[in-house]
Amino acid sequence: MSDAALVRARRPHWHWGWIAPPVLAAALLAGICIGETRIPLETVIKVLGARIFGMDLGVDRIDAGIIWSYRASRAVVAACCGTGLALSGVVLQALLRNALADPYLLGISAGASTGAVAVTVAGLGAGAISLSAGAFAGAVLAFALVAILARAAGGGPGMQAAGVIVLAGIAGSQLFNALTAFIIAKSANAEQARGIMFWLLGNLSGVRWDDALVAVPAAFGGLGICLWFIRALDAFTFGADSAAALGVPVRQVQVILIAATALVTACMVSMVGSIGFVGLVIPHAMRFVVGVRHGRLVPASALAGAVFLIASDIISRVLIPGQVLPIGVITALVGAPAFALILIRGGRGT
Amino acid sequence: MILEAQDLGWSVSGADIVDGVCLSVREGETLGLIGPNGSGKSSLLKMLAGIRRPGRGQVRLDGRPMADMGQRAIAQNIALVEQQADTGNRITVRDAVELGRTPWLSALQPWSSQDDAIVGRALDDVGMGHMAGRYWHTLSGGERQRVHIARALAQEPRILMLDEPTNHLDIHHQLSILHLVRALPVTVVVALHDLNQAMDCDRIAVMSGGRLMDQGAPDAVLTETILSEIFDVRARFLTDPVDGARIMRFQSGDRATPGIAAGRATTPDFPYLAKTKVAT
Ligand SMILES: Nc1ncnc2c1ncn2[C@@H]1O[C@H](COP(=O)(O)OP(=O)(O)OP(=O)(O)O)[C@@H](O)[C@H]1O
Ligand SMILES: [Mg+2]
Repeated sequence: MSDAALVRARRPHWHWGWIAPPVLAAALLAGICIGETRIPLETVIKVLGARIFGMDLGVDRIDAGIIWSYRASRAVVAACCGTGLALSGVVLQALLRNALADPYLLGISAGASTGAVAVTVAGLGAGAISLSAGAFAGAVLAFALVAILARAAGGGPGMQAAGVIVLAGIAGSQLFNALTAFIIAKSANAEQARGIMFWLLGNLSGVRWDDALVAVPAAFGGLGICLWFIRALDAFTFGADSAAALGVPVRQVQVILIAATALVTACMVSMVGSIGFVGLVIPHAMRFVVGVRHGRLVPASALAGAVFLIASDIISRVLIPGQVLPIGVITALVGAPAFALILIRGGRGT
Repeated sequence: MILEAQDLGWSVSGADIVDGVCLSVREGETLGLIGPNGSGKSSLLKMLAGIRRPGRGQVRLDGRPMADMGQRAIAQNIALVEQQADTGNRITVRDAVELGRTPWLSALQPWSSQDDAIVGRALDDVGMGHMAGRYWHTLSGGERQRVHIARALAQEPRILMLDEPTNHLDIHHQLSILHLVRALPVTVVVALHDLNQAMDCDRIAVMSGGRLMDQGAPDAVLTETILSEIFDVRARFLTDPVDGARIMRFQSGDRATPGIAAGRATTPDFPYLAKTKVAT
């Protein structure tokens, strides 16, 4: 390879700037078109043209309402959640040097659910705390608890530590899920409880444009932070001491990135409930495609996460005619086997 | 003085791991750090390299307290090759060495062809250029060690710190790495176990039980008395008939290793520190 070719090969992440918009647009359009009732692409494009560019293309008002208010906002939020959760996985896996780190497995999602439920149902903070703030507090609390537990149980690098932290995550998830159930049983009426249980499994049906106003900045903010820290994330390859020796202010980077992860996860959970395995499946799949360097992994995971969640949402709507499955069921159906695969491969030390 | 440790100390739950170390490193010299297992060499190196905050005392780089410097600025001056650093990630040799450029890059300062050249040179310097595309997990222990050293070289430091760099290396690569390191126009602090290799350093510092026992020219420091007291070996000095160099030959000492000889009384903490010889 010539020097120039090498340089080009070293900066492949610029390509993603070109691939991402068309792929994302295609996924969003598919998410809008496909559903219980299939809407022709032409109609969708007309409605979007009318809403975004103010063109008068003569579209049916009802179609326009469904497309714009329900499907479009839903697809956008799904994409943002996918991006946010996938990036959370990338960050946690890099910082903890642990192939199994994921906001869902580490109990961060469960903590966020508890926080959200405590605010909405139990009325914690008497209206002064927003749903997202409650979810964030829960997420941070859960992560802190799991981290303390994992450390007390004795960490260290390698697969054994991976096991320890996942066990701690399970303990944390169980605890926070139990707390959530307790809060619901104590404070919610039957109607509320049903709604919450459905929401907890991951559900995008209640999503509107208001949510997108939170989701879009959260996803892009998360992506921006990750891109800013790609070299630092790479530097953790040989551990925290090695990262420090390479000039990374380890403590500061850990705090910023983990807080960002908790915040993004909390935002997503407070809108759509806890959707599992996205942060696990997407980064691992992308490592196969683009390798482990974060310069490529971060943009690739952001894009793939968005597409994956839109696809899961479509499947959740069409799999059983006339019934919408919680999206968490779909991601778990894909994620659990992937989890098993990672365990098996991890045992062989790759 | 390029690097200065003043009354450096670090302790874990009450036990002093490093205690009251005062050490000066001169620009351009190669300083060898020797001492038995667990004597605090790695801990001291980590503090000198600015990746572990000292519990007591301070480290000065070019006269500036390191505590006032950013991690990045420190890393532009000092590179550390750790004793043990491994990864489960599927990275290539070249990826691993490229990490060495981290302190010189930022989100706004992207990778350049100059960085490529530096990485390529570092790989060639340790004789790993032909393996640049190999995956980390396929490398042997010695090959990994050489990649770690290449990463430190790619960091273009003024001070290179190496924690037992010749571990895992075959004799040819031991000599070529040490030769390479000495030929570099940088200051080197190197922890070594092979005392004959330590003889080639400009100066030697001896650690024992977390304390700096002695420092100075190799001939002055590596004496029969010190070797016997600190390492518990009997040393005899031979002279190479070809070039007149001094070579040490060792026999195990008279004191038993604590814990191995049952029923033998040993000084509780650090038997090496016993001022009076147990037996001669
Ligand atoms: N984080 C830690 N927690 C507790 N004890 C520690 C820690 N780090 C080091 N020690 C202890 O401090 C002592 C010195 O360790 P260090 O690694 O500095 O020794 P060393 O001189 O490099 O030994 P070796 O020749 O075996 O590499 C050892 O007894 C070790 O067990
Ligand atoms: Mg050591």
